[in-house]
Amino acid sequence: MSAVQVDRAVAPGAGRTRTATRSRRNRRREAIWCYVFIAPAVLGLLLFSLGPMVASFLLSFTSYDLLSSPQWTGLENYAALASDGLFRKSLAVSLVYGLVSVPATLVLALVLAIMLNAKIPALGFFRSAYYLPSVISGVAVAMLWKWLFNGEYGLINVALGKIGIAGPAWLTDENWALRALIFMSLWGFGGTMLIYLAGLQGVPKELYEAAQVDGATRWRQHLHVTVPMLSSVTLFNLIMGVINALQVFAEPFVLTPNGGPDNSTLLLSVYLYQNAFQYLKMGYASAIAWVTFAIILALTALVFRSMPLWVHTEGGDER
Amino acid sequence: MTTTTRPVQATPRRRPARGRLGRWSLVVVLSLGCFVVLLPVVWMVLTSLKTSDQVFVNPPLWLFTPQWHNYVEVLTLVPFQRYILNTATIVGFVVLGTLLSCSFCAYGFARLRAPGRNAIFFVLMATLMLPTTVTLVPTYIVFNNLGWLNTFKPLILPAFFGSAFFVFLFRQFFLGIPKELEEAARIDGAGYLRIWWTIFMPLSWPVIATVSVFTFVGAYNDFFGPVIYLSEESKYTIAVALSYFSGSPRIGPQMHLTMAATTIAALPSVVVFLLAQRQFVRGITVSGINK
Repeated sequence: MSAVQVDRAVAPGAGRTRTATRSRRNRRREAIWCYVFIAPAVLGLLLFSLGPMVASFLLSFTSYDLLSSPQWTGLENYAALASDGLFRKSLAVSLVYGLVSVPATLVLALVLAIMLNAKIPALGFFRSAYYLPSVISGVAVAMLWKWLFNGEYGLINVALGKIGIAGPAWLTDENWALRALIFMSLWGFGGTMLIYLAGLQGVPKELYEAAQVDGATRWRQHLHVTVPMLSSVTLFNLIMGVINALQVFAEPFVLTPNGGPDNSTLLLSVYLYQNAFQYLKMGYASAIAWVTFAIILALTALVFRSMPLWVHTEGGDER
Repeated sequence: MTTTTRPVQATPRRRPARGRLGRWSLVVVLSLGCFVVLLPVVWMVLTSLKTSDQVFVNPPLWLFTPQWHNYVEVLTLVPFQRYILNTATIVGFVVLGTLLSCSFCAYGFARLRAPGRNAIFFVLMATLMLPTTVTLVPTYIVFNNLGWLNTFKPLILPAFFGSAFFVFLFRQFFLGIPKELEEAARIDGAGYLRIWWTIFMPLSWPVIATVSVFTFVGAYNDFFGPVIYLSEESKYTIAVALSYFSGSPRIGPQMHLTMAATTIAALPSVVVFLLAQRQFVRGITVSGINK
């Protein structure tokens, strides 16, 4: 761009055609460099996303154990899934997990983000403290909660005992194991909270002032200003939450090995792992992956479809 | 939670008084919440410092002589240095690869024009929705056929090919860097590579910190990857080794040692987060939502 300006300044008369060719050459050079710069991402896209995606789709129609070459079996895997009791169980477990854990996390994260957006002393400390658990994720968290959920000596049952409640055996009780996993997942609300905090920075202060003039209570201000203004952030958090909930693996795998008591925590990801890496049924596992993907797509579509009902798009006078 | 329902104040003049009261009740509620949220961590550290008998005392002991040697014991019972070295190698390369590739690609997406660029960016962003489980099996098969199982390559290599979310973060930040800066450099004869490396990168500390923390925590805590790709015990990462602790014959059901190991495993992420925290929160705010 700058070269164009320089050219014009030097040769004002004959500048027109020369700048035209010059800028065309510049544009081509820029395009080539652009491709060079985005090449790693494009390669990554082909090698680690789109390529495997196609391969996985094809594999889901085969039977493959890594040793002999894949055998085309058509829709057999999918038909088998439909009549597989364990698969149906894992589907139900995953849906319950997602439908309880994601909304609960969103509410908790939003409430805390609003509270941590006020001007209060030790704000930095509070923000870090609430975010801290999400930094320690995965296996360490699972090990810690395995101890907290210990039926006899775990902190949770000790605390429940203090108020006269005999706590369940949590992880070894098929009625409680999934609830324990969901309860534990709430501890990681920090990431969602941080995104809400970022979103809160963008809510115009005038809206609160206007609401205050109208005599709205704090509670109503948040209900009618904060929540609608953050609805697009909620959308982002919701979709990411759904995707993550359907993929969670380390925690259930460590807390409740082999799908938990009577497969009560057999999440889709755990069942996929078992099929792929314990029974070496790669084709079947791919079919599970695609059903998971289809569910994610369906849920995302549902969220997007419902958007006009709850996502606030900025009004015309704003921009 | 109940503090949000505060009585309405009719006259703005009395606002400061209510503000102060409200603020302090907020602090009280937040402190209580903080206590609940951090209690598991405190409990973990406390358990790690008890003797094996004290662990199973009911009601639990809160005051006791800390057994610091528990930590020494854990570090010597299992080849912990080995796990640390393995993890450091993987995490180091993953962070490096992610920072280089993502900022590099983001410069192209943010500043250089070429036909099809936006379409490619859109497809890249769409892959954010693609669950890793979909790509997992074929990727595993490829790495298996390449003979890369039980090596660190499957865990490290993909990081050098950019990852959608971090490309997005860098791009958003780059879009905010004034064009004039770049034009001045071009007049001085700097090429695109130089501009990326000597102008954009040094300005991007908030994003670099954010992406580093995210990548570090992600790679450090990653469990699925190491568990399927690494089979030999000498190749284990801390996360994988930790998951086998409670079942291992050397540590067995000794909860104080397990919690000591868990504390050690949790420490690096916490330290990295606390170090980068200020930049981190700013990075999110600047590049995440406010565009």
